[in-house]
Amino acid sequence: MLRLPWFEYRSPRSVAEAVKILAGEGPQAMLVAGGTDLLPNMKRRHQSPKVLVSLRAVDELRKLNGSYGAGLTLAEVVAHPGTPGALRHAAAQVATAQIRNMGTLGGNLCLDTRCTYYNQTEEWRKAIDYCLKKDGSVCWVATASKRCVAVSSTDTAPALIALDAKVTLVGPGGEREIPVESLYNNDGIDYLSRKPDEVLSAIVIPSSWKSVYWKLRRRGSFDFPLLGVAAALKMDGDVVADARIALGAVASRPFRIEKAGEFLKGKRLTDEVIAEAATLVANRAKPMDNTDMDLYWRKEVADDFAGYALKELRGDDMGAIRLRTARYLPG
Amino acid sequence: MNETKKRLDVIGKPRRRVDGRAKVTGQLRFADDLALPRMLHAKLLRSPHPHAIVESVDAEKARRHPGVKLVLTGQDFPVPFGIMPVSVDEYPLARERVRYVGDPVAAVIASDEQSAVEALALIEVRYKALRPVCGPQDGLEHPEPRIHDYGEQGNIHRNQAYEFGDVDEALRNADFVAEDLFFYEGNTHLPMEQQASLAFLDQDGKLQISSSTQNPHYLHRQLSRVLQVPESRIRVVATPNGGGFGGKCDPGGHEFVVSKAALVLGRPVKIGLTREEVFYVHRGRHPVLMKMKTGVTKEGKLTGMHLQTLLDGGGYGSHGPASTFYTGVLTPVTYHYPRFKFEACRVFTNKPACGPKRGHGTPQPRFGQEVQLDKIAERLGMDPLELRLKNLTKAGDLTASWLRVGSTGLEDCLRKVAEISDWKGKRGKLPQGRGVGLACSTYMSGAGVAIYWNKMPHSGVQVLLDRSGTVVVYCGATEIGQGSDDVLAAIVAETLGVDTGSVRVVTGDTGITPVDLGSYSSRVTIMAGNAAVQAAERLRASLAAAVCETLGTLPDRVVFSQGKVFAADNTGAGMSFVEAVTMAEAQLGTLSAVGSYSPPKPPGRYKGAGVGPSPAYSFSACVVEAEVDERTGWIHVPKIWMAHDIGRALNPVLARGQVIGGVYMGLSEALMEEQSFRRLPEKLSGALVHRAPSMLDYKSLTALDMPEVEVALIEDPDPNCPYGAKEVGQGPLLPVMPALANAIFDAVGVRIDEIPITPDKVLRALEAKAEGKAPRVGPDSYPSVPYPEPTFVLPPWEGGDGNESRKGGEKRAAAAVV
Repeated sequence: MLRLPWFEYRSPRSVAEAVKILAGEGPQAMLVAGGTDLLPNMKRRHQSPKVLVSLRAVDELRKLNGSYGAGLTLAEVVAHPGTPGALRHAAAQVATAQIRNMGTLGGNLCLDTRCTYYNQTEEWRKAIDYCLKKDGSVCWVATASKRCVAVSSTDTAPALIALDAKVTLVGPGGEREIPVESLYNNDGIDYLSRKPDEVLSAIVIPSSWKSVYWKLRRRGSFDFPLLGVAAALKMDGDVVADARIALGAVASRPFRIEKAGEFLKGKRLTDEVIAEAATLVANRAKPMDNTDMDLYWRKEVADDFAGYALKELRGDDMGAIRLRTARYLPG
Repeated sequence: MNETKKRLDVIGKPRRRVDGRAKVTGQLRFADDLALPRMLHAKLLRSPHPHAIVESVDAEKARRHPGVKLVLTGQDFPVPFGIMPVSVDEYPLARERVRYVGDPVAAVIASDEQSAVEALALIEVRYKALRPVCGPQDGLEHPEPRIHDYGEQGNIHRNQAYEFGDVDEALRNADFVAEDLFFYEGNTHLPMEQQASLAFLDQDGKLQISSSTQNPHYLHRQLSRVLQVPESRIRVVATPNGGGFGGKCDPGGHEFVVSKAALVLGRPVKIGLTREEVFYVHRGRHPVLMKMKTGVTKEGKLTGMHLQTLLDGGGYGSHGPASTFYTGVLTPVTYHYPRFKFEACRVFTNKPACGPKRGHGTPQPRFGQEVQLDKIAERLGMDPLELRLKNLTKAGDLTASWLRVGSTGLEDCLRKVAEISDWKGKRGKLPQGRGVGLACSTYMSGAGVAIYWNKMPHSGVQVLLDRSGTVVVYCGATEIGQGSDDVLAAIVAETLGVDTGSVRVVTGDTGITPVDLGSYSSRVTIMAGNAAVQAAERLRASLAAAVCETLGTLPDRVVFSQGKVFAADNTGAGMSFVEAVTMAEAQLGTLSAVGSYSPPKPPGRYKGAGVGPSPAYSFSACVVEAEVDERTGWIHVPKIWMAHDIGRALNPVLARGQVIGGVYMGLSEALMEEQSFRRLPEKLSGALVHRAPSMLDYKSLTALDMPEVEVALIEDPDPNCPYGAKEVGQGPLLPVMPALANAIFDAVGVRIDEIPITPDKVLRALEAKAEGKAPRVGPDSYPSVPYPEPTFVLPPWEGGDGNESRKGGEKRAAAAVV
């Protein structure tokens, strides 16, 4: 089997203690929660931290009152009756049931960016002389690129961006709260604005949005997203009072499409309005050839998926398409 | 067979498989579950280059690494191996050259796996990179550098041509000729169990290896060859395989490495391959480009076919010579082609070697054939079902290529699958975006000829009885999950009139069991099964002779049923099976019998006629329903119907499981599986790497993604088969891919002439259709392949005798004059 590198394991009981360990160990330490992403990555030598700081024993990260503790498992987030639509849809479609029982909300937000030239074993990457993201000098996706274009593959981040959520980061200097969108940089290597000695402790989600998340992937059973569309609306009767739409898996960060939100404001969700908004969304989807499936096709269907999301928010029954494309029906 | 016994007690009854309990309770020990005291662990260093000369291997640092006991390199293995005698071209560890990324070059044996991994990084290998051959066309265009110094010419490994009757004439005389190009991407077996092996010296100092292999007998021979140790000093135990599908047929480099290390060190040595390594060992489905010309009359009768195939062989021969034949030879078994010609060429490329995967070489041309028939039906304005029914081969027919069809239930399969799927009510009548597609197939119940030339039986069985009433069955057949142990137990139990609970099956052990060639070509049920019938019948005859006087009847009037032995005309009296055994053992001594099986001689006598014949062919007909979203090309398959001519289902639960498993694998190939490779930009890199050697990124359906499958077993016992049972392990995979392609045409009117059929291809074809272009995605050209002059054989109905005909020579002479 693939072996893990050697590491020291620490198990703090509080966020403050975790922050202290991180500050003391410096960048050679990494946080681990469910481990569903980090441990396989370590086996492939994407990361070889000297110290792993486990968050499993930090009870305060598992709270669910007003805010969502970052240590809640994805399965717990899905099961919670108050979880807003987009987040529930997103969390429910991450990987498999087994992984959702281990993987956490905070872990999914901090998920390493992905790329078909990167998510390979050390031996495989040696055969291509490595790549820009790790140990090499060329980005094989775009050989002229000076920036790593690995893909942000978190499902929950676009959902939380659409929901106008904020994350709490606790560092040695205290707490700060930033919008979820600000947690990310459009850089496949330095993809998080979280500082190495900060712990992402909680997520605060305003409750006033009606929201959905649509995920494109090869298999309904499990797969990382090839496109994630999150949409949240505030309605005034049948007129859109406010709208937030976010995309995932088409850049190194998840991002909001302000233009589409602005366009929808004050309009009724007619087929024409939805089609135009979907086009505005799709124009911003610029997938690269570094995930599964045909690049041009992924670009072509972006407006369809944006349309599905808006139609579902309008109240259309989208169950059949949900089942066909994702084998998922929101409960 | 005993005349007085008509009713079957065990055969045909749904039962739990005999190895089921151990499997569900986790008691079954796979190779990787094995551990021995003082066991060492091996890891392989693999080439990072697709094509290179190995200039030197310096292992000094690795040898000094803590925990390391031994480092092996190519220099330790001077003798090559190869599953087929015509392509012995592979070394356990590469000696002078590496031929794909992942080709093993050195091995470290250490006290633990971690130390072995660390030591691998200390081995210094100097390579001189060579230009990689990326595909068959590349190989045809670049005969140099040669990947192997043997083969036909340049990088062509095998090149062959056969013509059965004048096909040009048959095509000229047709009302029209359908001409199509198809491509079938390669894919791999993806068994759940990754290969593992444990080798050690037994109490007598003899080598024993327990390994996840489908073919312990062939591994036994190859170990003896490579290690230069007599076969009598080697014992191969095939551990229960967690799936094989053809991927564990070839001996693997790792098996030689642990065996050699155990011999050198005198300690047990184990290896377990990683999932990535399993992708490199491969031996899976060949990528095949095909050109198919078929002559048809206005009435829908086929007049002949000219088939050309081009195979991407990968870096080694493996089963390639057979695979190359199989891209042609079984094509004329389902439908009557008065004339048939096929040309096939396998090219070496710098990728993991391709070989046998479930259906071995035949799914690719079957896909083309069945899609082309659908196009022909469309052109004739005929129901594809009717076109097929019109052209079926019949029981006992010979094909133009001299294959004996034997029993066939294909017509019943077609009628049944049409009925249960409501074909007539659905075809062309479902709403836009929904459609149904139909396809047929056939497969061998065992290859008629062994992999190495010999006149001995293909399978042997020994049955041992004692006074406890226990029946022990010994056979070299290998359980790879397909249920071969259950087949043996059921056949022996039925023949001796006991239940399977009294039968213990000992299989796949060259130290104990009679030779069986292995679990490949769907041969175990018929070959080991027939041997088991013979052994059990011999024992039954002994028992009958011993007890008939007591029962007051003649030996052939003694009935064995449900643990009782009695006279046919006095069913009230009698004795238990145990009493009968006791009586016989007292009279005759220890009770045992052997049976063996050799397939009948094939009718074809030309050189090459050995590939394709089988004692019996299974047949399948499949309907797939598909829904296509015309805006996105998204494909959804709600249901699949499969009718399979199995002769007789020995255990209907297992038979259905095999059908559904075949459908699963076929649908997965049809929709997504691709063993494909990336060539990085030539100016910057020499890399040619597998795109996705992992369970996550090599896309394959999961159980959750499966649609409902409705199975109909068509049972008409075949006289060549044990209790009439034909194969079911491979056949039902084969029609799924073309049936899906045809369903997509019925749904949205576009043709996808290549596998896999993905949403982007469907959308591209739909866009072409909207623009008024040909509504098709598939290959658009076929390269110039230097096929040889064909071996010409006259079909049986043109006065042929199964030999190569002089007419071929005349044709050649005529061509020379022109």
